[in-house]
Amino acid sequence: MALYLPELTLLLMALVFFFASLGNLKESRLRSLGLLLSAIAVTASVYSYGFKGSLFFEAYRVDAFSQVFKVIITFGLFIVIYLGDGLYGVDDTLRPEYYLFLTISAFGLVSMSSAVELITIIISLEISSFALFIIIPFRKQGAYREQMEAGIKYALFGVTASGITLYGMSYIFGMTHTTYLADLMKIIPGVILKKPLMLIGLVMLLSGFFYKLALFPMHFWAPDVYEGAANETTSFVATLPKVAAVALLIRLISLAGADASQFTWVMMIFAVLSMTFGNLSALVQTDLKRLLAYSSIAHAGYLMIGLLCASELGYLSGIYYVAGYLFMNLACFFVIYHLAPQGRNISFDDLKGLYKRSPLMALTLAVGAFGLAGIPPTIGFTGKLFIFTAAIKKDMYALVILAVINTGIAIFYYLKMVRAAYTSVDDEVSPLNLRVSTSVLGIFLIVIIILLGTFPQGFIDFAKEAVAAVI
Amino acid sequence: MEQYLIYNTLSYPILTVLVTVPLFGAIITLAIRGDRNLKIWGLLVTLLTAVLSLPLYSSFDLTTAKYQFAEFSTWIPFVNIDYVLGVDGISVLLVLLTTLVMPLCILCSWTYIKERFKEFICVLLLMEAAMIGVFVSLNTVLFFIFWEAMLVPMYLIIAVWGGPRKDYASIKFFLYTLIGSIFLFVAIIALYVTTGTFFIPELMTHHYSFSYQMWIFWAFTLAFAIKIPMWPLHTWLPAAHVEAPTAGSVILASILLKMGGYGFLRFCLPMAPGATAYCMPYLIAVSIISIIFGGYLALGQNDIKRLIAYSSVGHMGFVTLGIFLLNDAGIKGAILQMINHGITTGALFICVGIIYERTHSREISDNSALGIMMPIYVTFLVIFSLSSLAFPGTNSFVGEFLVLMSSFSKYKIVGGLAVIGAILAAAYMLRLVQKMVWADSDGHIHHGEKSHLSDLNFRETATLAFLAIFVFWIGLHPAPFLKVMDASTAHLLQQLESGMNVLPAGHGEPHALLNGVGESIKHLLALK
Repeated sequence: MALYLPELTLLLMALVFFFASLGNLKESRLRSLGLLLSAIAVTASVYSYGFKGSLFFEAYRVDAFSQVFKVIITFGLFIVIYLGDGLYGVDDTLRPEYYLFLTISAFGLVSMSSAVELITIIISLEISSFALFIIIPFRKQGAYREQMEAGIKYALFGVTASGITLYGMSYIFGMTHTTYLADLMKIIPGVILKKPLMLIGLVMLLSGFFYKLALFPMHFWAPDVYEGAANETTSFVATLPKVAAVALLIRLISLAGADASQFTWVMMIFAVLSMTFGNLSALVQTDLKRLLAYSSIAHAGYLMIGLLCASELGYLSGIYYVAGYLFMNLACFFVIYHLAPQGRNISFDDLKGLYKRSPLMALTLAVGAFGLAGIPPTIGFTGKLFIFTAAIKKDMYALVILAVINTGIAIFYYLKMVRAAYTSVDDEVSPLNLRVSTSVLGIFLIVIIILLGTFPQGFIDFAKEAVAAVI
Repeated sequence: MEQYLIYNTLSYPILTVLVTVPLFGAIITLAIRGDRNLKIWGLLVTLLTAVLSLPLYSSFDLTTAKYQFAEFSTWIPFVNIDYVLGVDGISVLLVLLTTLVMPLCILCSWTYIKERFKEFICVLLLMEAAMIGVFVSLNTVLFFIFWEAMLVPMYLIIAVWGGPRKDYASIKFFLYTLIGSIFLFVAIIALYVTTGTFFIPELMTHHYSFSYQMWIFWAFTLAFAIKIPMWPLHTWLPAAHVEAPTAGSVILASILLKMGGYGFLRFCLPMAPGATAYCMPYLIAVSIISIIFGGYLALGQNDIKRLIAYSSVGHMGFVTLGIFLLNDAGIKGAILQMINHGITTGALFICVGIIYERTHSREISDNSALGIMMPIYVTFLVIFSLSSLAFPGTNSFVGEFLVLMSSFSKYKIVGGLAVIGAILAAAYMLRLVQKMVWADSDGHIHHGEKSHLSDLNFRETATLAFLAIFVFWIGLHPAPFLKVMDASTAHLLQQLESGMNVLPAGHGEPHALLNGVGESIKHLLALK
């Protein structure tokens, strides 16, 4: 019972919103309810940190690793609900349902971080994905109905990715006769170099998580879905699924063993193509959400470098980086969301004069963008430092050099965002009046991006304990 | 640690204080209202920093090459990153230059900056903290953090308070410097993975293989050559200088450019001595090109700021030339030349700012014949111009003389070519002075458009007079400044000597190809 506490609180939250969807609650009530319940979920996750055990016939493991991810995911959920103050972008009649499916998706993600058996993994993956398929078209009716396109794309790609994952699983099961990761870990390292089918099976298995992470070659959905979904929905889609994907990727990559060179090569190619494709495409975007989508593809590449090192430092840096990525991206989406009270998309032109309209917003955007660009003293810089250190320790110099060249390219478009926000405009601009509670979130994001970047040791200690539970 | 550091014995942790006073000053700035209060606050913080930094000079131990006033505490134990600060004879003068120039930056912006004063003071103070941090860090990661942290405030200074083409200039500045430093970043990590430490003095003691040295040497050199800047990577500099507000130009010229030279001395020479010795001919050749090219382009400029910007390229060429001559006089001359350039060119940019405030133009032709209207101003202008062309008795003479002397003693042709640069400097500076002071003036004030020009007020006079003191002090009595460098330069040369003998043996074809080019450059320069 106590082992399953975070999941139970999320289920309770979903239940509450289910009943709320039957009634007719005001938006502000719904939001307070969501904040309260997700705060309880965060507390439950923190409380259950340090618990160890397994459930459902060893298919579901609770350990330091899963709990760290649960804390990050539930906390992310809390921020996403906090950020969506007023739900500008979501259709008025669908608000309780929006919260309901958000919660269910978070529940799926939380389960993913604990799943250690292939069927459990696929079920958690599907729970989190299906909920998102539903809420992406929840956007208020726009001129082009682009939310429908986004919804269809996300669903089609998601289903295809799941199909590929299942197909890969069938190979693996066929060759090993087990679905438990603990057993697979004993068998796969011995055969992966001898049987190419195992390699293919493993890569196909990972596809489902590449899809969640928006890593090449499963990245195609990202720009259109980011663009089509409501701003608050995007802030969820863009951040939390990636955290859970990293959790599972760490579990699955460690299956291959430390010296599976062909497997590492495949991952390297994906990482490099992802970075390069993402960054080059981001250069020409004018819609901020599309830009962030391509930037997330690039970041999936950086993350992959840490993970494919398959070393303690590599996994640690992966966890650290994805947590940082969550905050930095939320900082950008926070600004996007509050700049568009009608819930439309934001382009560079809308950023002009932001500095005069609201200095705090401009600063939040600057810190978030410079963080994503990897400029010290932000969390993005420290994360890249750790990732590159892990890669050079494995003698992957070429990979690191390609990655830093990519970082250099990326600076350009992040700088473009900041520049737009700090450009002065000639005519008078209307000031953005932020509520105190909104400003608090902005300040919180700025502080945490800089603090976690300057003093990473505390977080690293937690992550270290977590990684020790997997390898 | 003890073999490298002498811990701070002053009553306060001086280096940490120097970094944190401007940092906290910047944060407190956000709570202050009223332009006048903000200016006074900015001046107070920078003056306080300057006063607090003085013990660095008075208590400096001249006899040792160890890092003094050091502080140490662990920071991120998991990858062995420590918080280590310290200064030696190479960095101490640069720290003092920074702390002393910053109050002048506030003073020269007193009326120049018209809007967003709060943010201006804030970024200026952040900039000061980061710049001092770069010079005092003894940990490569800490160094890199401060190095990159300078970028954002400097970018904002140009992008927000700059001239008409500020967008172009600021983004060019940012991208150039950043792309240079990403390879620096890789080199820092590679060094850590090889040696297990980020601690700079310890990194200097390791011996690396020749090809490894070549890689890190060029990774470092790219970053520093962009920053200093060397031909052909200098193109960001004129744009940034012309568009930046006065204080921005002064910071760029006086301090930011010095970081390139400092980086060469701190990283390239001691950590990759073999590669340094091997690459010396190329870098000397590039330095000579910078000197002549910068001087030649300065001759053709009509914009005063642009002229001084190109002259900076030439002057910094002397610095890199001095560094890569790899002997005592050359390196000392280079360090002194960095300080001199900071004083002289900073002062010249302040002069340009002063006249721009009055005539709203930086064209030489719009600012001609000022001698009769602004006698005090032109006195300073002539002093600093003479200093810039290294007139005997001024500060630059000493530095340039040391560099030229050591280049003549080592390679005559190099010395001969560098002298051309010095002559060009005289040509463009005298042309500037002639036009701005006299031009076609007949010695009377006519009732024309310029009769309203007022001479310097007390604030402006004090700013320039302070710098003029140093022009003559270093010019007439440079010994106290050179003494500071003695021990550290000797130590650096010793590190070079012991490491230089790593023979470029056992490396592949590409190096052999380079070798051929190196030989022919040596022939060209008639090197030994």
